[in-house]
Amino acid sequence: MKNNSMYLHPELETMTRPEIEKLQMERLKTTLQRCMNAPFYKKRFEEHGLKPEDIRSLEDLRKIPFTTKQDLRDNYPFGMSVVPLEQVVRLHSSSGTTGTPTVILHTQKDLDEWANAVARCLYMVGLRPGDIFQNSSGYGMFTGGLGFQYGAERLGMLTVPAAAGNTKRQIKFITDFGTTALHAIPSYAGRLYEVMEEMGIDPRRDTKLRTLIIGAEPHSDQQRRRIEDMLGVKAYNSFGMSEMCGPGVAFECPEQNGMHIWEDYYIVEIVDPETLEPVPEGEVGELILTTINREAMPLLRYRTRDLTRILPGECPCGRHHKRLDRMKGRSDDMMILKGVNIFPIQIENILMQFKELGSDYLITLTNLEANDEMTVEVELNEFIDDYGFMQRLTKEITRQLKDEILITPTVKLVPKGSLPKQEGKAVRVKDLRKTLI
Amino acid sequence: MTIHQLSVFVENKSGTLLQVLNLLKEANIQLIASTISDTVEYGIYRIICSEPQRALDTLKEAGISASVSDVFAITLDNTPGRAADAIQQFSAAGIGISYLYSFLLGGKGILVFRTDNADKTREVILEKRLSYIEEKDLSQLQ
Repeated sequence: MKNNSMYLHPELETMTRPEIEKLQMERLKTTLQRCMNAPFYKKRFEEHGLKPEDIRSLEDLRKIPFTTKQDLRDNYPFGMSVVPLEQVVRLHSSSGTTGTPTVILHTQKDLDEWANAVARCLYMVGLRPGDIFQNSSGYGMFTGGLGFQYGAERLGMLTVPAAAGNTKRQIKFITDFGTTALHAIPSYAGRLYEVMEEMGIDPRRDTKLRTLIIGAEPHSDQQRRRIEDMLGVKAYNSFGMSEMCGPGVAFECPEQNGMHIWEDYYIVEIVDPETLEPVPEGEVGELILTTINREAMPLLRYRTRDLTRILPGECPCGRHHKRLDRMKGRSDDMMILKGVNIFPIQIENILMQFKELGSDYLITLTNLEANDEMTVEVELNEFIDDYGFMQRLTKEITRQLKDEILITPTVKLVPKGSLPKQEGKAVRVKDLRKTLI
Repeated sequence: MTIHQLSVFVENKSGTLLQVLNLLKEANIQLIASTISDTVEYGIYRIICSEPQRALDTLKEAGISASVSDVFAITLDNTPGRAADAIQQFSAAGIGISYLYSFLLGGKGILVFRTDNADKTREVILEKRLSYIEEKDLSQLQ
């Protein structure tokens, strides 16, 4: 007998694999029919001589061409809607910092299902009505704001839309309202602790904070453990992306070992980012998602650019929804230096092992006289008045980085808080290399 | 025999030193002595000042990495050769000086330094009856 109180949606969360796949196939069929309402998909299917009826099994999904961020841009703003605009009740747009913005549209049912997914995630990590949930995400267009707001409210928690920034006020809310659960990006969780320390607040003694939801920013397990230690909380990794709604796509269960991706909402594939062929189960590749529970704007085989893998094996929590490993970076984050492929997360994993270092770092790539150079600036957590110590620390970091990435970077220790931040997210890589002709 | 020293981690970037000095100025902290040497990427700006703890709080509030620690401070007559005599005692005891700077205060030379063996340094200062100052003496000497 399963203890149903563990699951918000037991009938969906504990489906067996055959049950999941049956539901996916039904929902995929409906989705494909609906897609034919959008000129974009209609044209694309015609170009490939494909009809929705040709997709008879989940295997057949591979016949469908990928959808990319560029497709979203090309059809900005409403070109990919499969419903008339009067049925659309919400729009979220990306910032457009890297090109034309992309727009995601939602019907009322889409918003309901989104709230359900987020509520399911929060319930899964033990949050219940009676918990007080504070959300330090930016609101407005950034989906981490409204996404968690609606999900936490759907669950029945008192939800505090604290929004981003103003750290002292954030801490005041935590202590005054007795906040038990907080959503924050990992680097901000570290910042909160610093300011608490300065204010003489011990998070264990002076707050009721026990659960932390972290996401939106790639981080290592060491970083998570460090945040848990500092704040005296359990921290759960959350995965979402604005193209898929926002938060609520995949989430860690109490096992803290991989994020269950809700397969009643998405069909998951992992492909080699170069060949676009499926990788063997358990290997790292690009995450491809097909939405099967969305009305306004279904995405078929969307290339997320996120690199991850499916964790093999069963999860003891009783859910058979596949588990994604933590993100290994983005396929477009990959740096190629002197012919070596390097992901920022590799560097981060090394840096996080040094207790003297903070969690913010900046990788700068330059090429002087056609020679690729990497500089890693990292913030010192605790300042130690000792040149000798800092020199030895710098040397040791350099040595360990070289062992990992096979290139010797220049390591610079910088004061805490001195590295640039954008919209609360730490900037990780700056590529200043000039293309040589 | 020790006084408080404020140490500030500064990047080798135009304006960082001025930022620190301006913050101390606004907080009405008086500098008694300070030293910084040339390095490549960062430097440690070491300061003897009035109210080092309040100075530290001021800097930390502005997000500057800093710490307060204790350094030895011995006083010397203002005549040639006295520094050599003093350091000779530490050297003879096998103590290494990590860094040292000096300044004049109330007609006395003050030698500020850190060593690689604090306990032994204490012993030498007491044994050789070197005259030293404490934090409270700083305000009186001014």
